Amino acid sequence: MQTYLDFEKPISDLEGKIHELKKLASEDESIDTSEEIGRLESRVREATREIYAKLGAWEKTQVARHPQRPHFVDYAAKLFTDFTPLAGDRNFGEDAAIQSGLARFNGMPVAVIGQEKGHDTKTRLKHNFGSPRPEGYRKAIRVMEMADRFGLPVITLVDTAGAYPGVGAEERGQAEAIARSTEMCLAVKVPMISIVIGEGGSGGAIAIATGNRVYMLEHAIYSVISPEGAASILWRDSTRAREAATNMKITAEDLKGLGIIDEIIPEPLGGAHREPDTVIAATGKVIASALQDMSNLSGEELRAARRQKFLDIGRNL
Amino acid sequence: MNWITNYVRPRINSMLGRPNRDVPENLWIKCPETGEMVFHKDLEENKWVIPASGYHMKMPAKARLKDLFDGGHIESLQQPKVAQDPLKFRDSKRYADRLKDSRVKTEQEDTILAGIGQVQGLKLVAVVHEFNFIGGSLGMAAGEAIVRACERAVSEKCPLVIFPASGGARMQEGILSLMQLPRTTVAVNMLKEAGLPYVVVLTNPTTGGVTASYAMLGDVHIAEPGAEIGFAGKRVIEQTLREKLPEGFQTSEYLLEHGMVDMVVKRHDIPSTLAKILKMLTKQPVQQAVAVPVAVSA
Repeated sequence: MQTYLDFEKPISDLEGKIHELKKLASEDESIDTSEEIGRLESRVREATREIYAKLGAWEKTQVARHPQRPHFVDYAAKLFTDFTPLAGDRNFGEDAAIQSGLARFNGMPVAVIGQEKGHDTKTRLKHNFGSPRPEGYRKAIRVMEMADRFGLPVITLVDTAGAYPGVGAEERGQAEAIARSTEMCLAVKVPMISIVIGEGGSGGAIAIATGNRVYMLEHAIYSVISPEGAASILWRDSTRAREAATNMKITAEDLKGLGIIDEIIPEPLGGAHREPDTVIAATGKVIASALQDMSNLSGEELRAARRQKFLDIGRNL
Repeated sequence: MNWITNYVRPRINSMLGRPNRDVPENLWIKCPETGEMVFHKDLEENKWVIPASGYHMKMPAKARLKDLFDGGHIESLQQPKVAQDPLKFRDSKRYADRLKDSRVKTEQEDTILAGIGQVQGLKLVAVVHEFNFIGGSLGMAAGEAIVRACERAVSEKCPLVIFPASGGARMQEGILSLMQLPRTTVAVNMLKEAGLPYVVVLTNPTTGGVTASYAMLGDVHIAEPGAEIGFAGKRVIEQTLREKLPEGFQTSEYLLEHGMVDMVVKRHDIPSTLAKILKMLTKQPVQQAVAVPVAVSA
């Protein structure tokens, strides 16, 4: 069952009609609906193209959070072979909001880390809706440290509304865990590639997002605070999230313009959730070419370049 | 510019008998804890600590630096130039206007004041947040100031101490403020690689993106009594959990109990505590034989 966003109403209306026609045809074989369906399908494509061509920051926020958007587990299954999840921070616990493990990318061993939001009630609870606790970041640190020692490239897939705001998380040093994770990202002497596949929510995202290359999917967002959070703090009115989203410049295009990301990975018409395989394949292509680009750099060079990349951000605006 | 703002202007002000900008217009200040009224001069003399209750009020950045360094001698570090309002941001007010107002109010370019000098004979770079400048928030200017201060400490081969007082990232700079987390992390790692000590003195409040970067990466973490220190806002946590927060949650003392800070130290004892720790980390003798003065402003 397709979930439609508010601004997708014209699409949902048309697809609803198609659905009815198909049902009608299946009930009464004497009715030929194929012509009408074909006509409606082309109208769907047209409407989708029209709507998605002019998505604003707030609409993109909805797309980035779409419940059917491909998540970490989908990428892990399609991009890699031998994906072997690794669990636990060896200190307190296992946090399923961050997934990590060893895998092969085109045969090459790599370490993979990312937030997983879950796709139904059960898995959403298991993954805490993709909001990590300190243990998640400490697990990420552990996996990065190991990847560094064994010379494995690190690939991170960023998708979180933010780090979890809870009493336990605070008591166990959420801030420290994020800071250390960022520090580790910036320290490893292996190629590091970060891709914002959905939501890049503030500190909870940056903790695993400081790669040599940083990419965003076309409809992903990346922001210092959620539009709702900004609206409630800056305007003291959480209903002004649309305005906050627009003013904060959170879209892939905005971030490319500001020199924060290297490239935008295009999404299929109507968003990643309409054709997950297409967008995952496009992501794989980008990772392959980034790894190729960095293959001649030494560990020291990779680390120095990564640090310089971040020091340079904003200096030429 | 620095010479004028740091020396000439205060001089003129004091000659004309004008109070320093740091002093609130209200001459009597109320202790937030006990409600006791304290005369501003008494408060200032006691380093913004309420004498009777021991409550630590927010201390102006300028006063903090002056108090820290021997004889108040500081060589100020320039605020590096950064892009102003690159997002052309506007909420209930234009960000450009917020900057303008804060500059007038604080006589600072942005939230960070940094200087180099000696603390009980030990040379160090100190970086201080002025909370009154847009809540001490971390934006491009603060990030760049911290990067430069760390570079200066590396070139001077001396420790760096930072006194955060910040609500977190500066939302008006959007993603560019978030990028200050990795930038400042790179900066403090320059110190670590140069074998230089890096100490954080957490003051009220230190929250959000500032804790998620340089404020939690110190070799030693000192906190002032009763400071609010945490990542997520209390209101956000309460709304998420729908329950009351534990007593003393996100205070210095609570963090000490949970292993996030090394010690809670009263403001009056901070310079001597810093000197003691840093002299050990830099393997200096107990008594510094000769205190070589560094360049002193004016």
